[in-house]
Amino acid sequence: MASPERIGTKRLVVGAHYGVGEFVIQRVTAVILAIYTVVLFIGILMMPGFTFQAWRDLFTFGVGGFPMGQLLATLAFFSLGWHAWIGVRDIWMDYVKPTGVRLGLQVLTILWLVGSVVYFVVILWGA
Amino acid sequence: MSDRAAKPRPQFKNINVWQLINYRLPLAGQLSILHRVSGAMLFLMLPTVILPLFAMSFTSPQGFAKLAVVTDMWFVKLVLLALLWGFLHHFCAGIRYLALDLHHGLDKHAAKRSAGVVFGVSLGLTVVFGLKLFGAW
Repeated sequence: MASPERIGTKRLVVGAHYGVGEFVIQRVTAVILAIYTVVLFIGILMMPGFTFQAWRDLFTFGVGGFPMGQLLATLAFFSLGWHAWIGVRDIWMDYVKPTGVRLGLQVLTILWLVGSVVYFVVILWGA
Repeated sequence: MSDRAAKPRPQFKNINVWQLINYRLPLAGQLSILHRVSGAMLFLMLPTVILPLFAMSFTSPQGFAKLAVVTDMWFVKLVLLALLWGFLHHFCAGIRYLALDLHHGLDKHAAKRSAGVVFGVSLGLTVVFGLKLFGAW
C-alpha cells in the first residue's frame, strides 16, 4: 500500500487537500442550484400571468419586509459562479498543459465569472 | 482458432483529436463528454446571452415587452433551443452524477441504463419546451 502522498511508484502529489475541497464544493453548489431551479420553475408555473410584475416578484418577493427573493437569487448565483469556476478550471487542467497558457485562461475565467456575478447582482438589486 | 485469425481490435492510447472521430464512446461516455460540452456552453452564454436577456426582461416594463420581440427572431430561438438543451442535459446528467457519487447504480448495466434515462428525459424535455419555444402550443 502506497503512502497517502504517493500515487503509484513515480508520481509524488504535493499540496494540502488534493482537490477534495473543490470536489465537495462542486457537488454542494450543484445541489443548491438544482433545488433553486426546481423552486423557480414551480414559481413560474404558478405565476398568475406572464406579466412584468409577476416576473419581477419571482426574484424580489419579500418576507415581512426582508428581501428574501433577492437574497436567495444572489446565493444561487454565487453558487453558480463557484460551480462554473471548478468545472471550467477542470477543463483547462485536463486539456491545456503549458503552465503560462493555463494560468492565463484561468485568470480570464475568473474575470468572466466575477463579471457575470457582479452583472447579475447589479440587475437584481439595482433599479 | 478463429479468434487468432480475427483482425486485431484497434487500440487507442492517448488518442489525439482526429482519432476522436473514429472512437465510439459508450453511452455513459457520450453523456459524460456532453456534460462537459453543455457546461462549457452555459459558461460561455452566461454573460453573453442569458444575463443580457435577463437584464432586458427585468429592468423595465418596456424591456419586458421587447423580450417577446427579440425572442421572436428565428436565430434567437435557435440559440435559446441550444441553451435549453444544454441546461437540461447538464441538469439531468448532473443528478445522475450525484446519485453515482452516493454509490447508486455503479455497476455497468445500471450505469448504462441510467445514461439512457438521462438522454431520454433531457431530449424529451428539450422537445417539449422547444415546441413551446417555437409556438407549437
